[in-house]
This record gives sequence, structure tokens and C-alpha cells, in this order.
Amino acid sequence: MLVLENVSAGYGSFQALFGVSLEVNAGESVAVIGPNGAGKTTLLRVISKLINPTSGEIRMEGRALTRVPAYEVISRGIAQVPENRRLFPRLSVQDNLKMGAYLPAARAKFAERLEMVYTLFPRMKERHAQLAGTLSGGEQQMCAIGRALMSGPKLLLLDEPSAGLAPVVVQAIFEVVRRMSAEGYTVLIVEQNVRQVLKVVDRAYLLETGRIKSSGNSAELLSNEEIRKAYLGL
Amino acid sequence: MKYAALALLAAAPLLGMGNYPLHLLILCLLWACVYTSWSVMGRLGMVSFGHGAFMGIGAYVVVMGWNHYGLSPWIGTPIALALAAAVAFLIGYPCFRFKIVGHYFALVTLALSEVTRLIIVALRDQTGGSLGVTPKTALADVSYSLNALQFSSKLVWFYVILAFWLGGLWIWKKVDESMGRLALEAISQEEDAAASIGINVTKLKLGVTILSALMTCMGGVLYAQYQLYVNPDTVSGIGISLQMVFGVIAGGMFVRLGPTVGAAFTLLLAEGLRLWFGNQYHGLDLTVYGLMLVLFIIYMPKGILGAASGALEKRRMVRAGA
Amino acid sequence: MDIFDVFLLEAVLNGLLLGGILALLALGLNLVFGVIDVVWICYAEMIMIGMYAVYYLHNVYHWPLWLAFASAIAIVALGGAALHHLVIRPVLAAEPINQLLVTGGVLFFLQAAATLVFGVEFRNLGIRLPQLQFGEMYLSMARLIAFGVALAAMIAMSVFLKRSYLGTAIRAISQDRQIMPLMGVNPNRIFLVTSALGGALAGVAACLLVLQYDIHPAIGLSFGPITFLICVLGGLGNMMGGFIAAFIFAQFISVGGFFLHVEWGYVLAFLFFIAVMFWKPQGILGGK
Repeated sequence: MLVLENVSAGYGSFQALFGVSLEVNAGESVAVIGPNGAGKTTLLRVISKLINPTSGEIRMEGRALTRVPAYEVISRGIAQVPENRRLFPRLSVQDNLKMGAYLPAARAKFAERLEMVYTLFPRMKERHAQLAGTLSGGEQQMCAIGRALMSGPKLLLLDEPSAGLAPVVVQAIFEVVRRMSAEGYTVLIVEQNVRQVLKVVDRAYLLETGRIKSSGNSAELLSNEEIRKAYLGL
Repeated sequence: MKYAALALLAAAPLLGMGNYPLHLLILCLLWACVYTSWSVMGRLGMVSFGHGAFMGIGAYVVVMGWNHYGLSPWIGTPIALALAAAVAFLIGYPCFRFKIVGHYFALVTLALSEVTRLIIVALRDQTGGSLGVTPKTALADVSYSLNALQFSSKLVWFYVILAFWLGGLWIWKKVDESMGRLALEAISQEEDAAASIGINVTKLKLGVTILSALMTCMGGVLYAQYQLYVNPDTVSGIGISLQMVFGVIAGGMFVRLGPTVGAAFTLLLAEGLRLWFGNQYHGLDLTVYGLMLVLFIIYMPKGILGAASGALEKRRMVRAGA
Repeated sequence: MDIFDVFLLEAVLNGLLLGGILALLALGLNLVFGVIDVVWICYAEMIMIGMYAVYYLHNVYHWPLWLAFASAIAIVALGGAALHHLVIRPVLAAEPINQLLVTGGVLFFLQAAATLVFGVEFRNLGIRLPQLQFGEMYLSMARLIAFGVALAAMIAMSVFLKRSYLGTAIRAISQDRQIMPLMGVNPNRIFLVTSALGGALAGVAACLLVLQYDIHPAIGLSFGPITFLICVLGGLGNMMGGFIAAFIFAQFISVGGFFLHVEWGYVLAFLFFIAVMFWKPQGILGGK
């Protein structure tokens, strides 16, 4: 579904990604793990075209994404839950979800998808009129995921969904991710919380200092000595 | 070379200059004085849309004192200066204290200049309202009156205003020297950082503001005495306040002679367009002027002199590099 | 009732009516600032263009008044979009103060261009709306209409902002500009639409003002500054704040003008503004 070939990118003279190649197939859930500053967030920003790659190819369902402006990426079926959730703090929960359905194609299915999000997160239905800025961290994350789902994406990008949340909330969020991949969503998730994320995804890539260091299915990576030492503290 | 240029400027009127070019030269220096005064604070990031207030105070206090109380401008001027300083303090202190900056500072000062204009208009029984007022002439039988600060000779005015212009440039230099480049840049860009290295930002800004207000006020006094006519729209209010800002931008506010270049440029542009197209196209000069301002701010935000000296610098560096 | 009080009441009511139109003026400016973070210093001059448009279409080309009004609104809306595209967009990344100044340059340009094209003569539509009498009080019909239309325009605007997708995006973009593309929103398009809307509001204001005031190239200066101050007083970009501030200002002008002269009303309003700035620099409803 999504293919990256030799993608390099950075900010100004600072290069964050060096020839990254990866692939996400339909129905899969894939994680990119790695330490802080490895370029994980940059990777997602490149896929969403919030920054342009300096070289390399990005393809979604066989069509090049490289020259598409950022605001058209979502119409190709890619929705992102950005780092730190980035809700509109002074809009209500429902208005935030409405912004997720901004695309003309999504507007037609607004009611249906709203129902779907409220079923997935009953909490959001209770709080639909509340300003998003007043939600708790976990609720905000749910709202942000809900907002991304409102566009009816084929591929969902999640950027550090567990960051800054209490452990019990983190569990709940990963449970959501697991359920979504069980329901057939294709998910690409970027995480530092290696142990938790490897429990819910099918495959993972290890990204270090802007380069893919290794990859494999979750079970393989969980038993990999290096990863166990560096990221699982074993 | 600097002194040669200055000597040439000072000698210019003696080399058989016509009355009209001399008038233009005087106006140019006068506005250069006012623009320089504005830039003394403007270049520190305090963009005031309210300097019309200080100019209006200078012009009107002196003329009113003379017309209604027979007060010589020699007494009127210190009163006007004191008033301008007080107003600058009243507006500046809370602004800098509460860190009112950017848009807010510009709009608060804009209110100030409008208040001044409206007060002048509202006191129409004394000030003549929006029709303006002429200082009572003291030149009925004499060619000059020192007491009334009125001179029929343009030559006298030329040297008086030349002196004030030089004074303005000197003050600019002194401000630079006494504060040090570092402090100047620190308060205009990183206010909190400046405070943390022990610079009393509020006090510094306030001082500069009062200085700038005093200089502008002086410009107003000179303007009224030279033109022998003032009107609320030409010395106060939003129009004149914006004119100052734009004159400075055209010339370049970060270079000492920038405001002067701006004054010369705007005056020559207006006169040139007027001569070129004649008087029947009323408003053409300002239309072109407005258009140029917009283009300036978009494409040459450092102004004529700023851009020119930037380009020179670059060439010098390239040469040094080669 | 004491005659004095009747006149005072009349002044208060007139102030209320004036407040309506001032609130409309502030609304357009606040909308643009809230979304794009730029103050249109030339806002009142856009209104001036709209007033001339009505005058020329109706009095010179003899279009029906309603068509002249509709066209004027469209013209100013287009003007707003053009202003954004040609002037604001190139300086969006520049220092904020340059954005303020560039529209000041447009102020000069529009004012002078109007002088060049339309001349300095005062013009008016030649429509005289009656004074309405209530007991011993007289209220201006034109002001009453302006009040009603201004209120209706504001309600329409707030419904649009609350209900529509575009309106929601306009509210959202001021809260987080960077992630708008993730929603599929092209921020440039929103800016352009907002500018056109701000222009349209200026156009509506032009239609209402042209019923009450003569048109001349410098008319913008007589209500431009007051509009800025209302917006700052209410907190720049805060539409509710601007609404309240408009009515406060209008009372100062109307009641102050009743006791003293009309300019003193303005002076009082401006001094009040300066005083408030020291007390609450973020505006009366400013939270941050």
C-alpha cells in the first residue's frame, strides 16, 4: 500500500533521514521504533508531506506521493494523528471530529462515521460538546484518533500515541490500536514504547540516527538480543 | 569626504540657488529631522503610529502660546517639550511595563495621535479647528523677529534647520555609543534575554521614547515657525504618523542616514511627479507613492540606504573572500 | 419626564444604533486578524471603495439600488481577496510589523487613487431617509436600518462560523495553522476565503454608511482608527470582545458628544481606550 524508497529529508541544513526504505501492506500494522531523535516524527511528516523529501520516492497504492501538496495527501487515504495530538483546543470535541471530515467525500459520510467513532470511543460521545483543550490526555488521544478516522482513511499514521500518558492510559490506547488492526485498518505507528507497541503490531522497523537498522516481524524483534538490551532493558 | 559633502550642503544656498529649490531643501531637512527622531525609537522595534501627537504638540503649543498669550516661542518651546515628554512618559511607561508590543503598541500609539488631532479640532475656538491657524505675524515692518522666531529669509531657516538635523544625527550616534550595540539589539529582539543580563528594559525603552518624542516635538515647532501655518491634519493624526513611518521605511531605519534619504526620496518623488504630470492629476503623486511603499515593504524592507549598504557589504565580503 | 432626560435617552439610543454598525466594522477586521494574524490598516479604505461603488453604480449608471448594493459587496469582497493575494501573502513570513505597514501603504494608495479617480468632491446618494419620532425623541431611520442589517449580518456570520465546514476551518486555523493540511485543508485557500469574507463585511458596512454619510476620499480616516481601537479593546481577533467594545465606544461617542461636542465624545472614547490598555493590555475579553 505505502512504499518508501531511499527517502532522505531534513530541516534546512540538518538532515534527519538518510535513504529510508520501508513498506506497509494493506491490512498490516507496522511500527517504526527507535530512540528519541532517530527521525521517527520526521518520517511521518515526510509521508504526510508536511516536509518535502530531498530525494527518494514515496508511493501510495502505486501512485507517486512525492509531488503532492500536503493538503491533498489525506484525499489519497492517508490520515495522520500528529505528535502531541494537536487538537484544536478551543473547538468542541465534535467540531474537532468535523474538521477530520473536512474533505468533500468525507462530509457525505459524516453522520455514519461520527457514529462509528462514538461507538469506538463512547467517552467522546459523552464529551462531544466539551472544548477539546479541557479533555484529559488520554481522552485527547482518543479524540485525535477519532478525528483521523473521520476521513475514512485507508492508512492511519500514529505519531507517539503513548507520549505523556499515564501507564494505564497507554494500555488503553494500545488496546485501541490493536482493535483497529483487528478490524482491518492499515496502521503505521511510530513509538518509543517498544515493548508495548511490539505486542500489538505485525512487523516493525528499527530506525536509528535517520537510518533503518533492522526490521522483521514483532516476535523476531522481541527476541533480538540487541533490541532487548537497548530498548527493553533486558 | 563626509565633511566635504557637509560643507557642500552648507554652501549650497550661497551658490545661487533659487528660492523654490531652497524651500525644497529646507523641507527635506525638516522632514529628515522628524524621520530621524522617529527612527531613534522605531529601529529598536518600537514602531509608533503616534508620533503625530508629539509633532502636533510642538506645533500647536507654541503657536497657541504666541497667538493667545503673546508668549514668545522661546518660552513656548520648553513648555511644548515638557508636555511632549510627559505624554511620552504616560504612554510609554505602562506600555513597556506591561510589554505592549507589536500590533498592540502600534495601535495604542495610533490612538494617541488621533486623540491629539481630535483635541486640536475640538478646541476650534482657539485653534481654528480643521482649517488650521497662522501664527500672528511679527514681520509687518521688519524682516525678522527673534522674539517671535519668525524670519522672512529662507537662508536663516536653512541654517537653523541644518543645525537641528545635524543635532538629530549626533543624538542618534550618542544613543548608539552610550547604550552599546549589544544592548540595543538585545532590547529590540530578545526582551527577556536582555532583562536577564541585567539591562533595565523598561527604563531604557522609556528613555529612548522620551528622547524621540522631544526631538519630534522640536520638529513640530520648527515646522510651524517655518511654514507659518499649521493644520491638525498636517502635524497630527494618523496620516502624518503613517507618513513618518513610511518615509523612514523608504530610506531604511537601521542606518543613520536612512531617514534622511527617506525624506529626500519622498519629497523628490512627490515634487517630481507633480512637475511631470502637472497639477491637474490631483492625487497622482500619492497614488504612485503608496504603490511604491507597498513594493518597498514587500521587496526592500530594509529601505533604499539599507539595501544599498547591504549590497555594498556583500560585494566587499565577496572581494575579501576572493 | 424631564426634557433633559429625554435627550439623554435619545443619545443613549443613538449610541446603541451606532454601536451596531461599529460592531459590524470591527467584525470584518477581527475575522481577518483572527485567521491571518494581520491587521488591515486599510480596512476603512476598502469601505470607502464600496461606498464609491454604490454611488457610481446607482447615481451615475442608474442601476437599481439593491443591485448596486449587491455589486458593491461583491467588489469589496474581490478587493479583499486581491489584497490578500497581492499584498499580504508575499509578507506572511516577514516580521509582523511589516505586515501592518504594508497595508498602511495600501491605505495611502487607495486614498490617493480615489482622489485621482473620483476627485475630492463630497458626494452622496441623494436619498434622504426620514427621522422617526418616538414621543419627544427622534431617531434616524438610516441608523435604525444600519443597526438591523449589522445585527443580521453578525448573526449570519456566527451561524456560518459555527455550522459550516468552512466556518469551522476558519475557527480552527487560528488555533493551529500548521496541522491544517493534515485535515485536507489548504491554508492559502482559507486565507483567501477569509479575506473575501472580510471584504464582503466591509462591503455591507459601505452600503449602510453610504446611507448616512457623504463620500469623499478621506472618509476612511474618520472611522478607520476607531475600528482598530474597538478591535484592540475587545482583544484582537476576539469577535465577541469586539462586539461588546463597539457598544461601549458608541456610548462614549454618543453620550460624550451629547454633553460636550462630538469630538470630545471621540476624545473620551480614545482616552478610555488608552486607560483600558494599561489595565488589561489583552483587551476586555482577552484571557491569555
